[in-house]
Amino acid sequence: MIEDERENKMSETQTTDKRAQAKDERAQEAANGGAPRDHPSPAAPAQDPDWEQEAKPKLSKEERTMGLPKEKLRKMMYDMLLGRRFEEKTAESYALGKIGGFCHLYIGQEAVAIGALHALEEDDYVMTAYREHVHALQMGVDPRSAMAELYGRIDGCSKGKGGSMHMFSAETNYLGGHGIVGGQIPLALGVAWKIRYRDEKQVMQVFLGEAAVNQGAFHESLNMAALWQLPLVVIVENNRFGMGTAWERASSLYDISQKASAYAMPSAIADGMDILDVYRVTKEAVDRARAGEGPTLIEARTYRFVGHSMSDPVHGVYRTKEEVEEEKLNDPIRIYANLLADLDTLSQEELEKIDAEVKATAEEASEFAEKSPEPDPAELYRDVYADEDINGRLYFDGRQ
Amino acid sequence: MSNQRVLESNHPPATDAARQPITFLEAIREGIREEMERDEQVLVLGEDVGAYGGAFKVTDGLLDRFGEGRVIDTPISEIGFTGAAAGAAHMGMRPIVEMQFIDFIACAFDIITNYIATSRYRGSGPQPIVIRGPCGGGVRGGPFHSQNPEAAFFHTPGLKIVYPATALDAKGLMKSAIRDDDPVLFFEHKWLYRRPQLREAMPPEDHTVPLGRASIHREGRDVTVVTYGAMVHKVLDAARALEETDEISIEVLDLRTLLPLDEETIVDSVQKTNRLLIVHEDTRTGGIAGEIAMRINEAAFEWLDAPILRVTALDTPVPYAPPLEDFFLPQSDDIVSAARYLAGY
Repeated sequence: MIEDERENKMSETQTTDKRAQAKDERAQEAANGGAPRDHPSPAAPAQDPDWEQEAKPKLSKEERTMGLPKEKLRKMMYDMLLGRRFEEKTAESYALGKIGGFCHLYIGQEAVAIGALHALEEDDYVMTAYREHVHALQMGVDPRSAMAELYGRIDGCSKGKGGSMHMFSAETNYLGGHGIVGGQIPLALGVAWKIRYRDEKQVMQVFLGEAAVNQGAFHESLNMAALWQLPLVVIVENNRFGMGTAWERASSLYDISQKASAYAMPSAIADGMDILDVYRVTKEAVDRARAGEGPTLIEARTYRFVGHSMSDPVHGVYRTKEEVEEEKLNDPIRIYANLLADLDTLSQEELEKIDAEVKATAEEASEFAEKSPEPDPAELYRDVYADEDINGRLYFDGRQ
Repeated sequence: MSNQRVLESNHPPATDAARQPITFLEAIREGIREEMERDEQVLVLGEDVGAYGGAFKVTDGLLDRFGEGRVIDTPISEIGFTGAAAGAAHMGMRPIVEMQFIDFIACAFDIITNYIATSRYRGSGPQPIVIRGPCGGGVRGGPFHSQNPEAAFFHTPGLKIVYPATALDAKGLMKSAIRDDDPVLFFEHKWLYRRPQLREAMPPEDHTVPLGRASIHREGRDVTVVTYGAMVHKVLDAARALEETDEISIEVLDLRTLLPLDEETIVDSVQKTNRLLIVHEDTRTGGIAGEIAMRINEAAFEWLDAPILRVTALDTPVPYAPPLEDFFLPQSDDIVSAARYLAGY
């Protein structure tokens, strides 16, 4: 993957005639005061076959880096690669039966989490859904502790009782993955509310998959976030499939960012395969939230290169091999590696050095997890309530 | 919504008020208000809890005292605001969530059972939340405003469930629930809210009642009746009648907290009377009576002189029509018959 120096297929500006035409129609319609109610709006097609991003500005390679220090640009590469290699190691351990249960890998989407999280300050808060390993790592969960959690061992970040979907690290303000689609959005609302209530300067960033947009929790939360002007950044990771259901088969409105208009909330589309575009769009939203100017909805258009979970083949039922192969040409790591090479920021040699380093980290994490003990049976009753004895008997009034 | 404004509005304390007897509803409000004064992390949120003062006026006056930073009127979005409470609880806040009617808690079932109840276990830390609201029938509220959905949550480890029957307990348990580091569902029977007979004077000192502990309302020799909520008062009526007409001595045990269940107090009482009747306003199948009977079967089978019986609502939705609702709900006569049968077994 890294060795392949093919040009970035996702060329920066490919505005087709068709999209230009759609834009014209949209402008025309706005001028006319909107489409009549009894006709489907041509501005909001149920299906948008063009995946390339309309909103992405035309920037030179230098402009794309926004003057970020070299150190940060390299760290972004390091973080994406660590996420990729960690997930590959996870897949390997899963195949060997070391990891059980439901396990969702992030391979292909790395630019979204890494780009967005780099736009945050140290003490900001983050929540996400169940495809969460890379978010957890990026937020500072030790790879060994994350892997031990996947192995169901006592040294896992949730003592082996949460598993793949429920990592949590209060120390690093990583407030967890969430196993219920859309369930984390109202929680993030509460965190953002607290920031506001205590007059603090942090920002709450919450990630969700595009399929969660159809949950009531999404709409209830967006309404309240906008109503109360909370410091919340909502990032929809649109990888185009809710498990095996394509987005256009699940939503009457293709363009997710438009949903924000129902709540008078600013929105933006980010190219989820371009880490710097994700960073740029997110940074604007984060700055606005921190300045007290309220929430933003971001749609990051991305693609998952692996199955929905470990039990789902990469392709077959709901997408073709050809489609996946074509999308893989847009590998976010390769796109970024090409850019950094062109800008003389990171040589092939340096890239390979980073890769060796993160591979070793992933390997070491799995060795650590392997050696970590399984939880003692007594752990079963621990942390159900605040007070309990070893048999799970509950005493709330001092009786023994 | 700034802290400063909240602090400024946070006085004077209400502890020097004359100790007049107050209603069940006022006792709940006093418990909430005292805890909000004691701990500025405590806040109230829900539909119409602020300016309107709550559908039943439980939170009346709190907005004036504590400001809109701590008394939050939300849209009609139970998933959204219950989830927001969970997020705020992660931040060290102690939210009190009002369900305008406890029936609406079903909308937030996911957040409560999947997230809040399991948070500590998953390593996500404590969820010191109180979710409270009016429950129960007898007020012609019909199917969606009369339910007792405690059994739906009784089965969820990680939650605590409180269901008081008296004004003193309502206040004391509310204060304990707010201070508790685990999530507490607080059921307030709306038929009890303003009953003049339930007025009680609150002690001047900080009055708390421990969670997880039942109380004996009336001591007796012949039959133990385990109950909670509004049924406590119907059972007390029945006990008085049986004493007069049949000279049967009923021990009335008010659970007060359903989860965790105070098995010890029930077992002690059954070992004394050797007969057990369980009365609840919730419907029969899958109701809490079944669990209590099983616990006694496991822990005190040898002490029983009679089968365990239960008097409950019938297995239907709560009907609106008054004759139907009265027939649906357990009545004192049903309790008298069951207790009489047990005493003569």
